[in-house]
Amino acid sequence: SCPLSSHCCGPSSAAPAMNCRAEVLEVSVEGRQVEEAMLAVLHTVLLHRSTGKFHYKKEGTYSIGTVGTQDVDCDFIDFAYVRVSSEELDRALRKAVGEFKDALRGSGSDGMGQISLEFYQKKKSRWPFSDECIPWELWTIKVNVVNLANEQERQICREKVGEKLCEKIINIVEVMNRHEYLPKMPTQSEVDNVFDTSLKDVQPYLYKISYQITDSLGTSVTTTMRRLIKDTLAL
Amino acid sequence: AMDTDLSSQDRKDLDKFIKFFALKTVQVIVQARLGEKICTRSSSSPTGSDWFNLAIKDIPEVTHEAKKALAGQLPAVGRSMCVEISLKTSEGDSMELEIWCLEMNEKCDKEIKVSYTVYNRLSLLLKSLLAITRVTPAYRLSRKQGHEYVILYRIYFGEVQLSGLGEGFQTVRVGTVGTPVGTITLSCAYRINLAFMSTRQFERTPPIMGIIIDHFVDRPYPSSSPMHPCNYRAGEDNGAVYPSVEDSQEVCATSFSTSPPSQCVFTVTKAHFQTPPPVVTDTLKVPVMGLAFSHQLSSSRLSYQPAALGVGSADMGYPVLFAGGLNAAHPHQLIGPGKEGGVPPVPSQPAHGTQADQERICTPLDGVHYSAATPSSSEDTETVSNSSEGKCGSPHDLLETIFIRKVGAFVNKPINQVTMANLDIPFAMFAPKNVELEDNDPMVNPPASPETESPLQGSLHSEGSSGSSTGNTHDDFVMIDFKPAFSKDDILPMDLGTFYREFQNPPQLSSLSIDIGAQSMAEDLDSLPEKLAVHEKNVKEFDAFVETLQ
Repeated sequence: SCPLSSHCCGPSSAAPAMNCRAEVLEVSVEGRQVEEAMLAVLHTVLLHRSTGKFHYKKEGTYSIGTVGTQDVDCDFIDFAYVRVSSEELDRALRKAVGEFKDALRGSGSDGMGQISLEFYQKKKSRWPFSDECIPWELWTIKVNVVNLANEQERQICREKVGEKLCEKIINIVEVMNRHEYLPKMPTQSEVDNVFDTSLKDVQPYLYKISYQITDSLGTSVTTTMRRLIKDTLAL
Repeated sequence: AMDTDLSSQDRKDLDKFIKFFALKTVQVIVQARLGEKICTRSSSSPTGSDWFNLAIKDIPEVTHEAKKALAGQLPAVGRSMCVEISLKTSEGDSMELEIWCLEMNEKCDKEIKVSYTVYNRLSLLLKSLLAITRVTPAYRLSRKQGHEYVILYRIYFGEVQLSGLGEGFQTVRVGTVGTPVGTITLSCAYRINLAFMSTRQFERTPPIMGIIIDHFVDRPYPSSSPMHPCNYRAGEDNGAVYPSVEDSQEVCATSFSTSPPSQCVFTVTKAHFQTPPPVVTDTLKVPVMGLAFSHQLSSSRLSYQPAALGVGSADMGYPVLFAGGLNAAHPHQLIGPGKEGGVPPVPSQPAHGTQADQERICTPLDGVHYSAATPSSSEDTETVSNSSEGKCGSPHDLLETIFIRKVGAFVNKPINQVTMANLDIPFAMFAPKNVELEDNDPMVNPPASPETESPLQGSLHSEGSSGSSTGNTHDDFVMIDFKPAFSKDDILPMDLGTFYREFQNPPQLSSLSIDIGAQSMAEDLDSLPEKLAVHEKNVKEFDAFVETLQ
């Protein structure tokens, strides 16, 4: 299925481009754990994909700001993770994850869906062509929502999902450690093609979050395919 | 020949990067085992002092220990920097949980740019370390420390020793960074047979009562570095602070500024996960000896408060363990290792190995030191004020005053009856009692009931009124004005408030009182033969009854 185009990019293909690596993670969680599990994964990825703010100086050099971090405890999962200390970034992720969770709960879904975090570069084209968005890394989290019968099962689920998330964090770190393709560090004029410079305290690589709700056959059933662009988020 | 390919400036830079990377690695690991949430702020303008563009605080004591272990060397082939995390229970048993290893192998990447790529990849590796330190089993254990165990760290340099981790330990790789002089690898080996030490078990056990004397453990390996608690904060030693990390031009780390505080403040971190806190039926008032206090790292200023033994007490829901012997001659002095890192002999301690082999809970200081964080605004912590006067008499008195036990609901001994000797008897109330004590005990013989209009009074209270205010349970809280909603009731000529107050402290059930219980049991036993005879006579009726049920 074709994703809706963003306001700044021309239609980009649904399949990752040649240089785009794709990672897929799968989790089974209880309904109330969806948000925390998604935030844990997304924040862990973004921790590795955010730098301090660049400050360009003369002669084409730049200095980098400092990224702070903080621990987050989950309420519904026996789990804790580290995220970048940036309220703007946290808000953006929570909004996206909240919409995903609502869509999962909505009708037409039997609790299966996936949320994707895509890092891309902008390639400016000359008028009348619009800019291209070229993804270079795509993270997909497949979610299966389970329903539990009693408190005992819920308690076991808290622990099990916690353990599973620990495995996911290790997986993410493994991927990050491969030191595979990363966009070249941009010049001042190019920085907005590589990084999201709109946040005041940190600078993640340009990213998009989208999600799909699937039925049990694994096909996308509704038109709830949405693309969230940071600029359009009411921050 | 290898080194000539690298410019001397690059080589210098690389060495510096590796050195500070090692120091930051230790900080991240130890801070992740402090038992509390870490929070640092992002800053858009570069300060030039945050290595690897990450806000990682430097705990001076930790840096000091790391530098001591490294002794001017850098991780190289066969020379790894290891941070050992272990757990030590209140009984003195310790167990290694994890070994974090920063190693160097021979695989060189000549093409890589030192000042740029290596630096950024080291930054990425530190982020991975931040993430991974939260997902090994020791993290959850360390978040719940302070009650029955503490988490300790030890830094050593040289060969990695993994045998203390037990069988079947697992390894997780945090990451690698290639450099022109070798590949840096960071990994963690962790024990997995923690089954008998699940955190659940710790939650259910009752709080520890009694002095926990640190008996020095013989280290199996002749390594020279002592153990440190992860959540113990070093105090000032007569104003001297540990030298800041930097000894070259570039400022690399924020150093703490220490100013003498006027008051000692303890930060107590509440339970973080959704498990209920341990049920504490007695609270101990113990002198704080500098252990098991969490602190808020997000404030950039730490106040250090030298404190004497018996400084007062922190009334906590999480009883504090303290270690270190009590020096009979100087009750104000904590027996800790001397400045050289050795340990002065402590009376009645088991024989211990060489100075170097000893576990060290407190840093070498003359007196008892613990640092207290400035009060944080985090909702996860509550600060408990504490007076900093250290007035206490002889050690014997000290021990007496230590264990003031707040009496719980089911104990029928008045407070002043609880002494050291009684502390090791659980369920003391069921022990054979001194009759005299019982007579004076209002729980067994409550005073005569006062006048009251309640018609229920007579039937419920055979021995007297519960309205007496001498019960110990009143200490727990005082009801000032009790106006319960919807409390008027037509049936009873009293409202809920009055009812509550009247029946708040019922006397002990007579069946629980051993004498009376024994008496009635004796009576029951005596009457048994009679009752049996009667039942036998009526056997036919019983049989008929049973028939009707079929």
